[in-house]
Amino acid sequence: MRTWLRHHWQALALALSKLLAHKPATLLNAIVIGVALALPASGYTLLANLLGVTQRFAPQPQLSLFLRLETTRPELDAVRARLRADARIAAVRFVSRDQALKGLRATEGLADVAAALGQNPLPDAYVVRAHDLAPDALDALASDLRKIPGVAHVQLDSAWARRLAAIAATGRIATGLLAALLAVGLIAVTFNTIRLQILTHAEEIEVSRLIGATDGYIARPFYYLGLLQGVAGGLVALAILWLAIAVLNLGVQDLADSYGSAFRLAFLGAGDACAMIGFAGLLGWLGAYLSVSKHLRQIS
Amino acid sequence: MISFSDVSKRYPGGQESLTEVTFTLEPGEFAFVAGRSGAGKSTLLKLIPAIERPSSGTVLVNGQNVGALRRAALPYLRRNLGLVFQDQKLLYDRSVFDNVALPLAFSDHSPREAARRARAALDKVGLLGRERANPVQLSGGEQQRLAIARAVVNRPATLVADEPTANLDAESARAILQIFFAFNQVGVTVLIATHDEALLEGCARRVLRLAGGRLLS
Repeated sequence: MRTWLRHHWQALALALSKLLAHKPATLLNAIVIGVALALPASGYTLLANLLGVTQRFAPQPQLSLFLRLETTRPELDAVRARLRADARIAAVRFVSRDQALKGLRATEGLADVAAALGQNPLPDAYVVRAHDLAPDALDALASDLRKIPGVAHVQLDSAWARRLAAIAATGRIATGLLAALLAVGLIAVTFNTIRLQILTHAEEIEVSRLIGATDGYIARPFYYLGLLQGVAGGLVALAILWLAIAVLNLGVQDLADSYGSAFRLAFLGAGDACAMIGFAGLLGWLGAYLSVSKHLRQIS
Repeated sequence: MISFSDVSKRYPGGQESLTEVTFTLEPGEFAFVAGRSGAGKSTLLKLIPAIERPSSGTVLVNGQNVGALRRAALPYLRRNLGLVFQDQKLLYDRSVFDNVALPLAFSDHSPREAARRARAALDKVGLLGRERANPVQLSGGEQQRLAIARAVVNRPATLVADEPTANLDAESARAILQIFFAFNQVGVTVLIATHDEALLEGCARRVLRLAGGRLLS
């Protein structure tokens, strides 16, 4: 076990020394890999921020029933009774027009609008949460609720959020495809780098084989080389992403401030950042593995 | 023990380099494989560490049929043989010490033990004190001695050398031969290929003569 660990440590040290011995080439490779990884990582980060916003505003689909402005108290009670009697409805919450105005005043960016209103133009409303959240069921319920006397308008609040989620899902697929495409590119870059390394060390490999080195012993430094190259590329990608978010946030800050919001684009979480570095390392290792499998056999 | 039994080797293209060669080399024996260029000496030697495989017949090394060994088993066979190549196969981007220590890197020796063994091997061939030199800085004879040091660093029971005195002057060649004799005296089996008849003169050792791939009686 100690010998095995020592061989791995030696292979890692050898790979590191090879990387450090050719700093400009190492840096260029890391930048190529880093740029390739930064593209899908940026897409992923922006989507994560977008989904965070949508979840903040619409955690669950709900229906808002806006009553006519002239609705009387008995009519209000009658609507409430109808809603309570409907088995499809899970919860009902009444929002008076005064509460609605108060809420408007408290909403970021709309305080000025609310203050400018001479009188309260908002109607009383019931906010309804359904048992069945399927789009068809919600549409059918909304259609029935519109027929209740005193109800002026029924709004399915989740519609926009669902559209946004659909856009985000499409974006996620596009990011995934881009990531897969660039992952192939990363593997190809590593494959070629390791091929050149193998050709450079062909004589050493041949001698080592002749005097008793196993294929595993010969291949190990190249695997570590691919792994380290991938990790270096992952770190460069994180640096690019961090810089891009910092620059983007300058613009986002102005936009958010104009709405009275403190929203800022967030960087990847520690777990995601580590996963990205690990993924890059894995791709580097895979490129090295494929290259070693193909080219080491050619040296005999 | 090394044993060849009706061994033939035919290269792709049909050229037969060895034809039905049979001999046995006992443990502790010293023998030359002599013959002119193209006689099949190098091919014969390459069959022992399975650098080449026989087309027919059996090659046994310490009881192992090396022609039937799986690729994964070859490193372990080669670690138990000391190989000196005709072109030496030194690594010129490494120091003398690193060249000698290379075979120890694959084995289970601790770095301290490996360093001790490498220095001991260099001492045996008279190169102690040149550890930090580059092989390029050594003379032809010294490079050959370095190749021998690398071959013996794992303390093999058998040394196989292909033309170890080629391109050396007579005095250097004699000095190299003395090193092999010294190893043989402590029980190492030695098999040396040479085309140099002058080298064989005065050496009362067994000679396996090859001509046209056949072993002469």
